[in-house]
Amino acid sequence: MQNTCVVVDYGSGNIHSVAKALTTVAPETKVVVSGKSEDILAADKVVLPGVGAIQECMRKLNEHHLIPVIREIAENKPLLGICIGMHMMMERSSENGGVDGLAFFRGQVKKFPSASPMRKVPHMGWNQMTIHRPHPIWHNIAPDDYFYFVHSYYVMTDEINTIIGEATYGVDYVAAIARDNVVAVQFHPEKSHRAGLTLLGNFCRWAPC
Amino acid sequence: MTVARRIICCLDVDRGRVVKGVCFQNMRDAGDPAEVAQRYNDGYADELVMLDISASSEGRDITLNTVLRIASCAFIPLTIGGGIRNEWDIEQLLRSGADKVSINTAALVNPDFVARAARQFGSQCIVVALDAKNIAADDDQPRWILFSHGGTQKTDLLAVEYAKKMADMGAGEILLTSMDRDGTRIGFDTALTAAVSNAVTIPVIASGGGGCAQHFYDAFTIGCADAALASSIFHDGVCSIVEIKNSLRNTGIAIR
Repeated sequence: MQNTCVVVDYGSGNIHSVAKALTTVAPETKVVVSGKSEDILAADKVVLPGVGAIQECMRKLNEHHLIPVIREIAENKPLLGICIGMHMMMERSSENGGVDGLAFFRGQVKKFPSASPMRKVPHMGWNQMTIHRPHPIWHNIAPDDYFYFVHSYYVMTDEINTIIGEATYGVDYVAAIARDNVVAVQFHPEKSHRAGLTLLGNFCRWAPC
Repeated sequence: MTVARRIICCLDVDRGRVVKGVCFQNMRDAGDPAEVAQRYNDGYADELVMLDISASSEGRDITLNTVLRIASCAFIPLTIGGGIRNEWDIEQLLRSGADKVSINTAALVNPDFVARAARQFGSQCIVVALDAKNIAADDDQPRWILFSHGGTQKTDLLAVEYAKKMADMGAGEILLTSMDRDGTRIGFDTALTAAVSNAVTIPVIASGGGGCAQHFYDAFTIGCADAALASSIFHDGVCSIVEIKNSLRNTGIAIR
């Protein structure tokens, strides 16, 4: 039977790019953009994107009654968080005076230290990572591949064994995090050309037991 | 590991066709936007900018359709500018596949629009575009002032001061075009670029005048630009993105 991958549509940003990238790289997968809980719960795989401000994203997710749905997916199905989707999976973000996340991972989301003309914020552009641990999403990805980042807040965790990729921009921070069937990345794979498409293809073919 | 300097390809689009002029004039046809975008995507452009220079009311639907078509074949960031007047325009473009929007005249007319847009959509997708021209006499200190309405109307605003104000308002990036250099291929205005880039803490894209790898090198080093944008040299095949990137990489500049 055909695998279904749902891109969660809760009114945040450019979700169609994610869907388009998935369709291109994994034609064997049926890609659906939906904010309906029945679609999400019926999916084989789920992508939780997010752009903008975390407070707004959490509010919209809640408004769409999707928080318990995402929690259920996180229990047993492959789930990929992207950018703010990753931030929402942490315990808490300092953005907007403090916002609680879904706490799938232990750790915090913090603002980059003071911006300057030498180190501008947002961290916007193509950057490399250190791949810390093997993970199925890294299949065919080279250590010097570039990914597209755009963010002013970054993830920190003391749960070292969940870090699968680390990036540096003034500080060392978590670029990719994973445990069991849940994985999340700070960068935008849907905007990261070949490397990003490879990663999305890996996610579509990933079968964690 | 350092963030790579970006090479951005720009498509000026008029009623669904890519066009190119010199110093904002003498437009000529340069192809289908989606085909051109796909070529740049495959050719290792780091980002695409599409500026809708028709921006008339009947042109909006064509624009949204063009954005959809480009977004379907380009897996790199896509910025759309031209005729953006309100939040509804932004929402429609983001929904059609834009990652960022570039605001020019509407920000000059009403700076608070930038603040509102940044709050609603996030700073990361709000680019403020500046069309600047040096009005000082040849031997004097340069004095860059801004033009609105696609470079047709002079304002009394100074580029550096205005860029700072836009950054404070919540803009996530500045797209800085030198009207003096646009389409000339004689090099970016590095003095203008450095003046703006060193005055703000958000990324600055240098635009106007890029003709060869050395010009990009100068924009990134002397001009302190975070990204550099060109259109005519890529449209006309004067040099390829990969050629420029290889040459920059050899100088030690971080390039994807």
